[in-house]
This record gives sequence, C-alpha cells and structure tokens, in this order.
Amino acid sequence: MQVPAMTIVFYLIAAITVAGALAAMLLKNTVHCALALTVAFAGLAIQFLELDAQFAGFAQILVYIGAVAILVVFAILLTRGSETPIAGVFSKTWLAGLAIAAMVFAVLGWAVLNSTSVLPNEAARPAVNVLEIGNALMGRYVLPLEIVAVLLTSALIGAVIVARHEKGTGK
Amino acid sequence: MIKNADQIFVILQHWIMSLFPSALQPAVGALLAVVTIICVFPALFAIAVLLERKGLGRMQNRYGPNRVGPLGIFQPVADGIKSLTKEDIVPASADAVVHFLAPVFLVVVVFMGYAVLPMGRNMTLVNMDSGLLFFFAMGASTELSVFMAGWSSRNKYSLLGAMRAVAQMISYEVPLLLASLVVVMMAGSMNLGRIVEVQNQYSWGLPHWFIFTPWGFAAFLMFAIATTAESNRSPFDLPEGESELVAGYFTEYSGFKFALFFLGEYVGMLSVSGLGTTLFLGGWSAPFSFLTWVPSWIWFFSKVMLSICVFIWLRGTLPRMRQDQLMNFAWKFVLPLSLLNVFVAALWRFLGEGYARWGVCSAILLVAYVVMAKVGMSREHFGPRSYRYAE
Amino acid sequence: MMGPITPLQGYLLLAALLFAIGLAGALTRRNAILVLIGIELMLNAANLNLIAFWRYGPHPEALTGMMFAIFSIAVAAAEAAVGLGLVIHIYRFTQSTDLDKMNRMKG
Repeated sequence: MQVPAMTIVFYLIAAITVAGALAAMLLKNTVHCALALTVAFAGLAIQFLELDAQFAGFAQILVYIGAVAILVVFAILLTRGSETPIAGVFSKTWLAGLAIAAMVFAVLGWAVLNSTSVLPNEAARPAVNVLEIGNALMGRYVLPLEIVAVLLTSALIGAVIVARHEKGTGK
Repeated sequence: MIKNADQIFVILQHWIMSLFPSALQPAVGALLAVVTIICVFPALFAIAVLLERKGLGRMQNRYGPNRVGPLGIFQPVADGIKSLTKEDIVPASADAVVHFLAPVFLVVVVFMGYAVLPMGRNMTLVNMDSGLLFFFAMGASTELSVFMAGWSSRNKYSLLGAMRAVAQMISYEVPLLLASLVVVMMAGSMNLGRIVEVQNQYSWGLPHWFIFTPWGFAAFLMFAIATTAESNRSPFDLPEGESELVAGYFTEYSGFKFALFFLGEYVGMLSVSGLGTTLFLGGWSAPFSFLTWVPSWIWFFSKVMLSICVFIWLRGTLPRMRQDQLMNFAWKFVLPLSLLNVFVAALWRFLGEGYARWGVCSAILLVAYVVMAKVGMSREHFGPRSYRYAE
Repeated sequence: MMGPITPLQGYLLLAALLFAIGLAGALTRRNAILVLIGIELMLNAANLNLIAFWRYGPHPEALTGMMFAIFSIAVAAAEAAVGLGLVIHIYRFTQSTDLDKMNRMKG
C-alpha cells in the first residue's frame, strides 16, 4: 500500500498556525496576542478541513473565532490589559517554564517519531455527512450531548454570577 | 429552449471550461464562478445604494439624489470616484496594521458567504453538505472585524461603537441560528441546495415555501429581525448612529477603507437576504406552478432585491432602538419565541398531515406572542398620546 | 526515525508543537488572560490530535474522533467563559491581572 506523503498545503498551513501561536505567546500588546490567536484558530480550522472533518472545522470557526476570541478580547478590554505592565511581560520564572515546555515537546516528538510501525495509517477518505453526525449525536452519543448541554447552561449561569457587579461593594 | 435559458450560465461556464486542458478545468470553472460573484454583487450593491437613497428620500418627502444622470442613476459612480480619490487619513496613534486589516478581513469574510448560496438551478459555487454551518461560521467572523476596526482607531467613540456593535451582533446570533435550525429540522439537511429542492414542490399551484407554514412564518420574522440587527441596520443601527457616535466604529476611516466598510455592510445585507430567500422564500423556485418557465436565477435575484427594498422600508419607517431596549428585545422576547418555535415545528411534524396541525401550531404561536408582548409591555406605562404645540 | 514521516505523524508533531507553545506561554506570561490563551491553544492542539487519529485510524465511519473533538470544543468554550469571568472578578478586587502578585490565598 502506498503511504501518502505530506502535501505542500499542510506545510503552508502548519507554518501559519505555528506563527500565529508563537505570536500569541510572545507579543507585548495583549490585544495583538488575542488577534494572533485568532490566526492560529483559523489555521487549525483549515487543518480540520484538510483532514476531511468539515463539521468540526466549521464548528471550530463558529465557536472559537466567532465566540471565544471575542470573549478573550472583551476580557482584555475590561481588565485594562492593553497597557504594558511596568515589570515586563514575562514572569520571574520564565526559564523554568520554557524548559518544561521544551521537555514536553521533546518527549512527545520522540514518541511520535519512533512509533512508525505502531501508528495506524489508513488512507481511505471517510465519507461523513451531517445526517450521520446527527444520528450519532442522537443515538450513540446522546448521553454526552445532554451532559454537555447541562455543563454549558451551568457555565453560562456561573459566568454571569461570577462576573457581574455586586451591589454596593467593589467598583 | 426554456431549459437553456434557465441554465444559460452553467452552459456558458462549461463551454469556457472546455477550452482548457482537462487538468485545469475544475480550477477554471471555479475561478469563473468566483469572478462572476465578485462582479455581480458589487454591481447589486451599487443598485442597492441608489435605491436606498432615492427610496429613503421619497419616504421622507424629498427627492433623493437627482443631479448625476437622469433621475440620479449615475450617483453610485460619483460616490465610487469620490471614495477612491479621497485622502486616506490614518490617525497617528492608531494601530496601523490592525487598522488596515479590519476592512480587508470584513470584505473577505463577507464574500466567502456567497460560496454556498444557490443562485439558480445547479448554480451553487460549492455545494457543501454543511453549507448552512459554513455560512454562519463566516457571519460570526465579521464581529471580530468590527471589533478590530473600533479598537485600532484608539478613539473612545470608535471603541464604544464597536463594543455596542459586537454586543448586539452576539445577542442576535442566537435567535438567528435557532430560526434557521427550524428549517434544517424540517428539510432534513444543512445543504442549501437540498433545502430549496424541498420547497420546490407545488400543491394546487401554490408552492411549499417554508414561509407559508406557521412555524416558517414565525421563523422568517425572527430571522428578519435578527439579520437586521446583525447588519447593524435601522432600527438597530445604534452602533453607527450618525447623530450619536459620529460614525461609530468607522469614525477614523476615510477614503477607500470607508468604501470597503460600506461595501462590506451592503454586501453582507445582500448575502443574508440571499440566505433568507433560500431558507424561507423558496430560493430559486417560482411562486406559482404556471410560472416555472421563467429562469430560476431571475426569481432568486428578484427575491433578494425585494428583501433589500423591505430593509430600506424598515429604515425609513422605524425609529432607532436604544441599546438596552435592543438587548432586552433579543434576550427576553425573540430568544424565547424562537425556542418555542423549534418545539412547534417538532409538533407540526408529529401531528402528521392534515388541517389539525395548522390550527394547533398557529394557535400556540399566536398565544405565546400575545402573552409575551403583554408581559413585556406591562412595565412600560404608556399614557394617552399628548401633543404640545409651540405658542 | 524509521522511514519517511507519514501524514499522521506530521499532524501529531504539529499538535505536539502547538501544545508545547501553549504550555510555554501558560507557564511564562504574567497576565492571567494570556495564561488562558495558552490553555486554549493546548485544548486546540489536543483537538487536532483527535481529528488526526480519527482520519487515519481504522474506523472513521464510527465518528468517535469527530464527536470527541466537537464535545471538546464545547467544553473549552464553557471553560474559557468561566475562566475569563473569574479573571474579571479578581481584577475588580486587586485592580491587576498580574499573576506574580497573586501569591496569597487571603483577600
């Protein structure tokens, strides 16, 4: 069986995604970080489309770019995060954090590269349509669906209660 | 011959594709369709702008523009030349990169929505299985561009306008999705071409458009309200209220970038009108079964222009809503009604064919609407109308 | 490394890189919101992993990977909302989002 190779599109979109993620973590201005995060999300959505997961890709754009990015930006504006702090943007223990992240990447990368024989590599394209997803959600995955619905409702109520102005105290 | 007139653009596209080697044919076909969309919809934008200015003028008992050309029909050309040649001023403290990218991002995202609209029989650019989800994903991304525009100008009024606009767009996103959910439920697919095909049947000469069912009519009204709010059109145009916030989030834009925002807003309006006609008004299908000989794309574009006329009519008639009234309306009135509508649509399916379901569903929706209106209005104490005249 | 990289390995390496970048950001930045951004990146990297295994795995018609990823997107959105609400609430009391200053349980 012929092993499919990496395409140029993958490398291009991967470069954009990694550049967006790096910019999100390294830039000084917080709002620029949030916008670079949006670029990373968009790159990931295109990767999902490359992997024939159209529903997940469009859900990623709708939820992450359309809602989570805006939420992050609102939070930055409400906490005056767009002003650069005096003590610098990286914490005192930045070297330890960087070392830990590098070690995690090294371990994961070694595990992935050394398991060529164990990883599956089917090349058949799954033909997924929305009808099947709907049937799966209402059939086999109905319990996780209901639990996620309860979770979202409680998160909504919780976020409103946590973030609202208390009468009398605070600003 | 009738079939040829209906499919004339498809035939033209295939003929041009056949002139190229077969390896390039899909790319050439797609490129042709994209170029056509990019040319046709800005032309419709020009027509819509002229229609708006003349229409609003007549509604306000004045002539609209009537100097440039007979009856003012070359006014969009004059507007275009003005926008292109105006000086492009960027404030010194503005964030230059984000300031530049905001209108570009808006226009790109708004044009992407046209990829899934069926503009005629066999005339969808990309017939995706989850086409409706793609359209809403693109619609949700426009909010980010509005925020980018408002924030990068470093202007209090722009930021305030942008926050209001984003809050409004997010609030009305949920009723929009719920109203379209009902259509997906009843048509059984998210593919917009399939939704139009389901509506393309006729009983006693009348079509099976979803707007003619009780749940479809309610969903259409909520869809119309939600899309008026999503495009920041009057009566929901507080973010760009000319008398309040200068020009809201595009205060600091001039020249071509302002023209891009304007283009983005109107092209977005055309795009959601296209979606509304696809979901509720039957897309490219004819209103009566004896009119099916008229080409399908003529019906689609007439329905879209009719929706634009209704948008302009609303703008000329209704006063602007305040921000808190607007948000209350979204969360406390439209959202519960759209949830009830989903339930009513399910009831419609389970009551089976017959006349009983029409009565039951209409009754539930009417009672709910009246009850919510009374409950909502009970806090507003309207006295008898009083007039004061200057002495 | 044995042989050329298969597509699945490419996607897994990309996911691992994004995860490491998110982790580095979450561990080194001062602003609480940027830590939350790092966490979102990590969640996205895990989603990419799930979808890659779904695509190249033995039973893609069972939709397990795609369902898992969709639920993960929903849960991540809920967690971002609550996390940002907490950050805003803490800002009201301490007037700062600097995590280096928040090293006490009192207050």
